[in-house]
Amino acid sequence: MTEAAQTREERATALKGLGTARKRVEDVRFTQGKGNYVDDIKLDGMLFGDFVRSPYAHAKVLSINTEAATALPGVVAVLTAADLEPLGLHWMPTLAGDKQMVLADGKVLFQGQEVAFVIAEDRYIAADAVELVEVEYEEQPVIVDPFKALEPDAPVLREDIRDQLEGAHGPRKHNNHIFTWEQGDKAATEAVLAGADVVAEEMVYYHRTHPCPLETCGCVASMDKVNGKLTLYGTFQAPHAVRTVASLISGIAEHNIRVISPDIGGGFGNKVGVYPGYICSVVASIVTGKPVKWVEDRIENLTSTAFARDYWMKGKIAATKDGKITGLWCHTTADHGAFDACADPTKFPAGFMNICTGSYDIPTAYLSVDGVYTNKAPGGVAYRCSFRVTEAAYFIERMIEVLAIKLGMDAAELRRINFIRADQFPYQSALGWEYDSGNYHAAWEKAMKAVDYEGLRAEQAKRLEDFKAGKTRKLMGIGLTHFTEIVGAGPVKNCDILGLGMFDSCEIRIHPTGSAIARLGTISQGQGHATTFAQILASEIGIPADDITVEEGDTDTAPYGLGTYGSRSTPVAGAATAMAGRKIRAKAQMIAAYLLEVHDDDVEFDVDRFVVKGAPERFKTMKEIAFASYNQAIPGVEPGLEAVSYYDPPNMTYPFGAYVCVVDVDVDTGVTDIRQFYALDDCGTRINPMIIEGQVHGGLTEALAIAMGQEMAYDEIGNVKTATLMDFFWPSPFETPNYQTDWTTTPSPHHPIGAKGVGESPNVGGVPCFSNAVHDAFRPFGLTQTNMPHDHWRVWKVAHDLGLHG
Amino acid sequence: MIPGVFEYHRPSTITEAAGLLTRFGDDARVLAGGHSLIPMMKLRVANPEHLIDLQDVGELKGVSITSDEISIGAMVTQHELIQNDALASAVPIIREAALQIADPQVRYVGTIGGNVANGDPGNDMPGLMQCLDASYEVAGDKGTRRIAAREFYEGAFFTALADDEILTRIVIAKPQAGSGYAYEKQKRKIGDYATAAAAVIVGPGIGSIAMTNLGDTPIWSAGANDALAKGDVDGAVNAVMAAISPASDNRGPAEFKKHLAGVILRRAIERAQGRAN
Ligand SMILES: Cc1cc2nc3c(=O)[nH]c(=O)nc-3n(C[C@H](O)[C@H](O)[C@H](O)COP(=O)(O)OP(=O)(O)OC[C@H]3O[C@@H](n4cnc5c(N)ncnc54)[C@H](O)[C@@H]3O)c2cc1C
Repeated sequence: MTEAAQTREERATALKGLGTARKRVEDVRFTQGKGNYVDDIKLDGMLFGDFVRSPYAHAKVLSINTEAATALPGVVAVLTAADLEPLGLHWMPTLAGDKQMVLADGKVLFQGQEVAFVIAEDRYIAADAVELVEVEYEEQPVIVDPFKALEPDAPVLREDIRDQLEGAHGPRKHNNHIFTWEQGDKAATEAVLAGADVVAEEMVYYHRTHPCPLETCGCVASMDKVNGKLTLYGTFQAPHAVRTVASLISGIAEHNIRVISPDIGGGFGNKVGVYPGYICSVVASIVTGKPVKWVEDRIENLTSTAFARDYWMKGKIAATKDGKITGLWCHTTADHGAFDACADPTKFPAGFMNICTGSYDIPTAYLSVDGVYTNKAPGGVAYRCSFRVTEAAYFIERMIEVLAIKLGMDAAELRRINFIRADQFPYQSALGWEYDSGNYHAAWEKAMKAVDYEGLRAEQAKRLEDFKAGKTRKLMGIGLTHFTEIVGAGPVKNCDILGLGMFDSCEIRIHPTGSAIARLGTISQGQGHATTFAQILASEIGIPADDITVEEGDTDTAPYGLGTYGSRSTPVAGAATAMAGRKIRAKAQMIAAYLLEVHDDDVEFDVDRFVVKGAPERFKTMKEIAFASYNQAIPGVEPGLEAVSYYDPPNMTYPFGAYVCVVDVDVDTGVTDIRQFYALDDCGTRINPMIIEGQVHGGLTEALAIAMGQEMAYDEIGNVKTATLMDFFWPSPFETPNYQTDWTTTPSPHHPIGAKGVGESPNVGGVPCFSNAVHDAFRPFGLTQTNMPHDHWRVWKVAHDLGLHG
Repeated sequence: MIPGVFEYHRPSTITEAAGLLTRFGDDARVLAGGHSLIPMMKLRVANPEHLIDLQDVGELKGVSITSDEISIGAMVTQHELIQNDALASAVPIIREAALQIADPQVRYVGTIGGNVANGDPGNDMPGLMQCLDASYEVAGDKGTRRIAAREFYEGAFFTALADDEILTRIVIAKPQAGSGYAYEKQKRKIGDYATAAAAVIVGPGIGSIAMTNLGDTPIWSAGANDALAKGDVDGAVNAVMAAISPASDNRGPAEFKKHLAGVILRRAIERAQGRAN
């Protein structure tokens, strides 16, 4: 069939553009084991680094003896803080405006902290040498509880900033205090609470967990002393930011640093920050003149790299007696561990926690967050959520449930009464955000209908009757959640990391034969960018997605961007891709008009070509235009067909969703069985429904893990109790329920293609939904709040404390 | 997660393996499937200087079933136990229990010999073997002997096996016709050890119970068996409950485990009784 004979629809289908369930192009290599991860990189003469780590959570380091280790054949060097100090690299800046020890400088502040770095000719010798480094410690009192950290006589953890009254985010009121962040109107909120018909109050704890990506963190640093260039391969979610930071801290000019993120096996926020391993590898490579590889093992990843959550959220919610919410108050005590290494935009030390009014029209609200140091690992990253959004969603979705109990109201109805209405968008929230678009009532009704909500409640009532009559030992819980996210950070006017504005970019080159390469400032870690960004472009420029290579992760070739986390790739880099595509199209239009010998305005874009208006038989395909751009001298038009766009988003995007979970709870064993999970997501324009479904499945499974078992647990002297996958819960297919996915589509009005991002929604909405289901099972017996994770013993304990064991 | 330095040996007979053990004594460990030993070596909790791999020792393989006795080679994998239909019809509780160990990947390589010899209170097979009143054939430089499973376990990771002995076979008398069985296990996820597990055999005049991961060794009590044999379920449960001493850990506090042990045991007994005739 000739191109001309194809119908418009056939031509559109052939592009595999927006809305197509295109298979992931990445999977060809991944399913054959041909991915190229950091640990696959092998360079000539490469050395291996390994860390000596602190067994104690808080101790003075009295001495470090590296003699025996250095003497081991095959050991090249052992670095300690004393070696890094002359370079000014024994401490490094964190993304949150704090600083962090690279190697223990007289003191250790958490178990697993880096104390010395061994460099050896092979990985095994490095591990043996680690055992030979002798470190003398003097234990100090340990604080693992952020409330105790703030007691007047608490031991000072950070001697380096003792008595410093000003921190990176304003005044400090205690030596273990990092910042206080306040949003909203305190006085007005307190007045509303004082005069309200009903106030529900609760402490909602979102426990400490860890993103725990399948691939741990690591890097290969290679300093070429001949040309003065440093190449740094690593598991970086933000390669350009790493290059700039590396230049700033090492003093190596930025053009002499090339950062490459190869294939990354999951990040979930864990690979945003800068870790001591990177600094030590770079220094080791500079010192030895050889490439140095450092890759963590699982225990190191869990115990020393960025954790997530650990928010104690005290809430008060006020309402009229018929359930109209009038005010929300929240005070959060945030456990940041030993150093403030959150990866948040600079002006947001508690991330976007101020999205905690959720999907509801709450006229008055106040939020304050106290960041606190403890003897735990640093971090506080966005584990598959935009900055602190999952904490905010958990908080509000628990508070709604608590309020429903207090009002004696159905929780679905309470939500319905309070949703922001479709006609209120763009909606200005009491805590300062402008929600771009939404239709919460429509999504909610669709969800309630899909699960037969009334039917579920009737079944639950019957089950309760049977339980009380001794016919069953299983209770049934129905978990509800309507979440609103805030993603796509973000507008340069208020979002930056270390002073770098959070725009993103795309550069497109169309080849003479009509295929293309697009390079972006983001980096996929499993999201499928090579698949979806090609689809955005296919629809914009009429070149089939299969003919477009998408490349990311090499700072020497990709345009500058802030990387992939916080569901920002589609909202920001996806927008840049569309905008760059539009520049290509504009130039293509001029070329087409020239070739067709008509005025620019007399041609119009039609799927994969420009046609003369009113004469569709006269056209030039994008393929023809591409070739012409390389071989024709067109007056007033430069040769070639390339474009670049740097996109500064005007606003965040606000994806939302309605989730329902049904659980059976065995009160005698604490075993829970998630027998139904319905997830409706509205992520605006849907680029690739198959990828969306995959993202939702993955995110829900992480949410299941967090809600039902996953935690970073510490004992009272700061030992990590969950340092391996035996104890750190990773669900297998057996624990993973079936998911029913669904959607509505409310495009973002300000995004070029209306897309909002979906990667993190299921984690944000899933956690409260699983948790609410467990809570709901016990609601008839008086439970209002119990802490996650809802593993067997904790669920059993709830039943026990409620007297259900007779 | 990198083990220390060790020498690797690969004997092909029991005699050769026993000779190596005698020669290196304390510094040597035998390696079966490696799914308990290698993780311990990677954590450097175990640092053997000599690793004696048993995988080429043909005498340690195979399952033989006679009219009254079953003999299982120490190197038979958990997967092979599950696949063996004759074994499943002779002693069905073995398949039921093996299916609840770890995950398929672990079961492809993990062996019954390693499982019972390790002395890990979390392992499922030791309790099961006590329930079945199995005995272990062991061989050393000085010859062979048999040790009853019920007398084998002395403490966590301490057994009656001498340093220079190898466990060669596991011998089980066929359970009496008409008896019912059940292996009930609660764990946090696939791939986890038991929070509590119960092995039960019950039938006319017969009763045997063993519990896993509720003390330093498997829990087996003569009193419980007698009570169960008489049909006194409460008496049996009470006797077991008096014998367990679970430790608090990430699976939950001791208080929870005690309660759970009773629930699991009653469910196992009920299921086993339902299968008896
Ligand atoms: C993720 C995971 C989950 C697991 N979950 C469970 C579970 O739920 N239940 C369970 O029962 N097990 C579980 N296991 C353990 C698994 O079943 C092991 O394979 C088994 O316990 C040991 O068998 P092995 O053949 O791997 O022995 P190895 O690891 O090779 O050896 C274990 C020990 O026994 C000694 N040994 C081995 N064979 C002999 C012999 N013939 N004579 C004398 N000494 C010997 C070794 O020297 C070593 O000290 C799990 C393991 C993993 C990795």
